[in-house]
Amino acid sequence: MIDYRAYLKEYDGPPVRIMEICGTHTAAISHNGIPSLLSPKIQLISGPGCPVCVTVTEYIDRLIELSLTKDTVVATFGDMIRVTGSRQSLQDVKADGAQVRMVYSPLDMLRLAQEEPSKTFVFAAVGFETTIAVYAALLDEAIRQNIRNIRLLTSLKTMPRVIDWVCTMQGGIDGFLAPGHVSVITGSDMYEPLAKKHGVPFAVAGFEGEQLLMALYALVRTIERGEGRVMNLYPSVVSAKGNETAQHMISKYFTVCDAAWRGMGVVPDSGMVLRREFEGYDAGSQFLYSDHSHHPKCRCAKVITGAEKPNDCALFGTLCTPETPQGACMVSTEGSCFSYFVNRRKA
Amino acid sequence: MKITMAHGSGGKATSDLISTIFARYFDNPVLAKMEDAAVVPGAARLAMTTDSFVVTPLFFAGADIGKLAVCGTVNDLAMSGATPKYLTCGFILEEGADSGDIEKIAASMADTARECGVLIVAGDTKVIEGKGGIYINTAGVGFLPDDLPAVSSASCSKGDVILLSGTLGDHHAAILSARMSITNTIRSDCAPLHGMVAALLAKNIRIKAMRDVTRGGLATILHEFSVASRGCISIDEDRIPVSAQVQGLCGILGLDPLYMGNEGKMVAVVAAGDADAALAAMKSSPYGTDAAIIGSLTAGEPGTLILHTKTGGTRMMTELYGEGLPRIC
Repeated sequence: MIDYRAYLKEYDGPPVRIMEICGTHTAAISHNGIPSLLSPKIQLISGPGCPVCVTVTEYIDRLIELSLTKDTVVATFGDMIRVTGSRQSLQDVKADGAQVRMVYSPLDMLRLAQEEPSKTFVFAAVGFETTIAVYAALLDEAIRQNIRNIRLLTSLKTMPRVIDWVCTMQGGIDGFLAPGHVSVITGSDMYEPLAKKHGVPFAVAGFEGEQLLMALYALVRTIERGEGRVMNLYPSVVSAKGNETAQHMISKYFTVCDAAWRGMGVVPDSGMVLRREFEGYDAGSQFLYSDHSHHPKCRCAKVITGAEKPNDCALFGTLCTPETPQGACMVSTEGSCFSYFVNRRKA
Repeated sequence: MKITMAHGSGGKATSDLISTIFARYFDNPVLAKMEDAAVVPGAARLAMTTDSFVVTPLFFAGADIGKLAVCGTVNDLAMSGATPKYLTCGFILEEGADSGDIEKIAASMADTARECGVLIVAGDTKVIEGKGGIYINTAGVGFLPDDLPAVSSASCSKGDVILLSGTLGDHHAAILSARMSITNTIRSDCAPLHGMVAALLAKNIRIKAMRDVTRGGLATILHEFSVASRGCISIDEDRIPVSAQVQGLCGILGLDPLYMGNEGKMVAVVAAGDADAALAAMKSSPYGTDAAIIGSLTAGEPGTLILHTKTGGTRMMTELYGEGLPRIC
């Protein structure tokens, strides 16, 4: 049997840079103490897979505007509440009386909307393929139950184009730890064209410590051999073709669009919006592209794509801490800066 | 019956509410006098504390807001080494609150107070506009033994051992499950800890630091201990008890049991020589059957908390930042 632990700890080949794209992987890597088990020549870089971190400021501003509108309630996941738009966060305006509710699942919207039919409930619909499927399920159910006071303000992202952007515009990534949850929906075949085009390996991995270590081992070995290929190391839940029912649901309600990524600009065809026939459920999501960071020295944009490390930023650990976050990467517990801050003494 | 503003008027409706519910369930000779202030026997050294309870839902698997209001204050007193003696109890009721709920809560408080050996000696009721919410404040007084050595986390030193009285995260997980309508068998661990502390003190165990593991969770408390003692605390994930159900829920929601709130768990730091006796004392309590030694103070960098993960890695842990919310994907 291969001692992959010893291999990863003692690796002494050329330095390798591996990007974990998904925010849940970032959290799992930190929870399991994975960096302490790797050779200093293996560097892990957190990619643009934390949905809150890649949301542009104009989107937050629009949410705030909606939350201050009469008979309108903004419902959101917890992390989004603390992110600052061009001036304020939802948390700031909530203290001033704005209508903001924190929910744990988009499907909670059905209950809220039924309990208070005179109000319009707007969900801050951010996320990747996994979460888009849940929004599709929410709309499906709302339509079935004829609930009309639900809207989505979408800032939905999809993986393939942004990975292509990172490889093309940024470069310097030798391999990718491909997201487990997203791949359940999309299937592992989605990465094949990227692996071929850029000559880098992708490993679809689960979230347990051993699963992460094995995926990293597979990536380093494949990088050494210079192969651009896709490895599915999470076959218990991820198939080559993905969940076709969920894909069908997504394409029933949503269509591909250009999307703005915080600090990266607009990446063509990297997002989704509601289809025209369901526009009635949209709260004005189109063309929210403008992105002015709260603090001019914030380096989130560079950190998100792995071009810089959190501590390359002058604000890191001084002006910008989890208690006083300046950028989205410090707000979300999945953000690179947050993760780096709470583990910084070992990082 | 629904509570109306009249129940807070100080008139007939108020006294009816007091006599039919609070006086009936909390009945004791001190309260029965219905004076403006309770007059009670004392001790040379007293511990005092207060806490407010605003949990929703009011009733959840394993406990309710009433039991929580008694245990929370009793546990704060117990952590100072005091024997809890008296509680006061303030109810803030929103219009529309259900008197049947209030009665159930009062009965639960009375049962828990009886188990803890404390008397509820004074109370107050206010009614405000709202949507039927119920909020409780309890204040407590405990007697401190004259010869009790000072408990201070600053006194922890290298070699001392960390004990945890049982599984983490049950209360937090039970509340979240109720709010999210998730069906499972997770129950709040809400329980009084004065008996466990008494058992530790009875064995003459020199407790350097102890704390009930409530909001902020174990990691936040141990991080505080490491800073206060200028020591390095090292704990093993393998030895930290977490039920399979709670672990499963945490996996789904992206929560970390080390940062989750509990209402019937304590952590204690004792000298290495006392560790086995302390563990036996904890386990002798009905609320300490899963107690475990989870780590120790080591020679590492001062003011740090290090978790040795099940995967074999190490993870530096800080206090809880933010609200410990479930992550979103």
